[in-house]
Amino acid sequence: MKKQVYIYRSFERFWHWTQSILIFFLVATGFEIHGSFRFFGYENAVNYHNIAAYTFIVLIIFAIFWHFSTGEWKQYLPTLKNIRAQINFYLIGIFRNAPHPTKKSVLSKLNPLQKLVYLGLKVMVIPVMVISGLLYMFYRYPQKESIQSLNIDSLELIAYVHTLGAFILIAFIIAHLYLITTGETITSNIKAMITGYEELESHEENISSKSSEENETGKEV
Amino acid sequence: MKKIATVLVLIGFVITLAIVFLKPTEIIQSNVNLLKQKYNKEKQKSVDHAKLPPLQKNFSNPQEVTATCIACHTERHKEVMASNHWNWEREEYIEGRGIVYIGKKNAINNFCIGVEGNEQSCAKCHVGFGMTDQLKAYTNENNIDCLVCHDQTETYVKASEKGGAPDPNINLTKIAQNVGTPTRSNCGVCHFFGGGGNNVKHGDLEKSMFEPTKEIDVHMAVDGINMSCVACHTSENHMMLGRVYSLSSMNRNRSTCEQCHGEQPHESGILNEHTIKVACQTCHIPIYAKVNATKTDWNWSTAGDLRDGQPYHIEDEDGNHTYLSIKGSFTWGKNLQPEYIWFNGTADHYMLGDIVEDTTKPLKVNNLKGSYDDNESKITPVKIHRARQPFDPVNKMLIQPKLFSDKYGEGALWKDFDWKRASEIGMKDVNLPFSGEISFINTEMTWPINHMVSTKDKSVDCIECHTRKESRLAGLNDFYMPGRDYSEFIETFGKAIIFLTLIGVLSHLTVRIYSSKKLKKGAK
Repeated sequence: MKKQVYIYRSFERFWHWTQSILIFFLVATGFEIHGSFRFFGYENAVNYHNIAAYTFIVLIIFAIFWHFSTGEWKQYLPTLKNIRAQINFYLIGIFRNAPHPTKKSVLSKLNPLQKLVYLGLKVMVIPVMVISGLLYMFYRYPQKESIQSLNIDSLELIAYVHTLGAFILIAFIIAHLYLITTGETITSNIKAMITGYEELESHEENISSKSSEENETGKEV
Repeated sequence: MKKIATVLVLIGFVITLAIVFLKPTEIIQSNVNLLKQKYNKEKQKSVDHAKLPPLQKNFSNPQEVTATCIACHTERHKEVMASNHWNWEREEYIEGRGIVYIGKKNAINNFCIGVEGNEQSCAKCHVGFGMTDQLKAYTNENNIDCLVCHDQTETYVKASEKGGAPDPNINLTKIAQNVGTPTRSNCGVCHFFGGGGNNVKHGDLEKSMFEPTKEIDVHMAVDGINMSCVACHTSENHMMLGRVYSLSSMNRNRSTCEQCHGEQPHESGILNEHTIKVACQTCHIPIYAKVNATKTDWNWSTAGDLRDGQPYHIEDEDGNHTYLSIKGSFTWGKNLQPEYIWFNGTADHYMLGDIVEDTTKPLKVNNLKGSYDDNESKITPVKIHRARQPFDPVNKMLIQPKLFSDKYGEGALWKDFDWKRASEIGMKDVNLPFSGEISFINTEMTWPINHMVSTKDKSVDCIECHTRKESRLAGLNDFYMPGRDYSEFIETFGKAIIFLTLIGVLSHLTVRIYSSKKLKKGAK
């Protein structure tokens, strides 16, 4: 039996969608700064990119807080269990209407491949982008009456790292957008991320929703 | 409880955003407005020279005027005689050369080449009289030409080729009674016509600057704040601020934008950051030679062509000479975009007698120093004047020919059109050897562009430099600039992973659609 389960909580959805808008915007303004095309105008692109970057950093701080306070960070602990099955599913099973090898539940929302990729984003790509971005902004900065600078001779390396990260993010977005359609139905993943609810196997859902409630109560005490 | 926590987190997020973006902006009294007030004040004269008894007489010669000036201004002549306007050389330290004495006397340019042998003619723009061929005017204080700078009647004119003496027809008494702080016309009469014609040398200093509009020069605009030259080129004891790097070598006594505007004049922090590496002029002087053309190329090698034994000239539609038998062929340019160099305020110069080993690339007659790695250097707009000029291939020296004479047969190029003889006499005058052989080599002379500052809406846009195609800074490649530069490898790699991801996704999708159709068929 299947049942609607509240799987993505409101902050999680807010975080996800804000992040996605910001990343699209950062990519657009960033590649204009990079000289790939013209759209906003160079000065606007720079200013918008900086504002979006600060907004993103604020969002990241809240997201980190959220991950730890809710214990959601555990969702991203990598595991080798089921990884082969998951790869086989994407390479073969999906074409034969085989069932998803990883059962989704509130306690385990991510399949092992997702865990790996999202963890990679969280601890590698995003931090590298934030740090290289901050260095980009602050290798020179005005302060009071003078311009201060970090002891960095050239922007070259910073810019190269930042650009490389941007390319990787675009590749991720393309794959991510496509994989959204590989849920139970084509739209079930995106619906879940919009409404928070997804139709899951009731058997597991009962257990997980129960334990999640226990979790919550435990925290409140 | 869960919902309350979520709401709290959201509220916190909004508050943080608000704090970041709505931080109070300091209200600063605009520096520019204060400056406008300062320079709009009219100076009150403290002395009316027309009422001074010593000036109530008919002056028969200009030296008499100067003696009268010195009678009251008893120490001023010493200041003038110590100044760059008086001396034909000055002490400079040049890296690689040490302390040298350099000036018009021994430096070479790629216009009329040099003053040696042509002093009578060149003295028209010297603040002295009685210039002899040996620069003898140095020692006599009565030979100081006070009036050329201080005349307020705009009637004082120096005669051509008379060693700096004024036109004999002017009214010296009237002029002596009307003296004051130098005006634009006092400075311009020499500095706008350097090189023997309007705007020949500088490109950003020419006769339109006598009464420019805001479009031409925002500072000197008669429809604007109407500043004079000396408002920026301030002086103390007749030593003026300002350097021209055709002759100057050291980073000192420069007249700068920052002396009024400060180091960080912009509201935007990003623009202020640019001031570390970019000179104000780079963005604020998008074009120069806005009204009249300036000389950009001078080919001496074509000089000497005669028609029926007579020298002739050819003019373009604006009346600029494109060919002169005495000087060769010229190229002129108007509304020019500057070239850009790294410049730290120091320069080396070709000095008479320097040996040139490498003539395959253009010789830098003045070599302005700087690079990205040098903290003192800023990107600076310049006019580069290119020339082909006479060279002794055996002694490997630039040739200083004798150009001017008022008589035939003295060997002056401009009378006799004999390169060999003119070079022989010219080089002998400066005590340098001449092999008898003449070739022509390419030379470059760099002129920083400092004037013709545009209004701020006309300043150079970000995209004019931060672009991959036709960047204004395309020639400065020793640093990474966003928008212009990229790594070929990362660009290719990045595009490749995006392309491969797309291919992967699309082929997966195709197989999915195909197999789902097959499965449906099977089900039926």
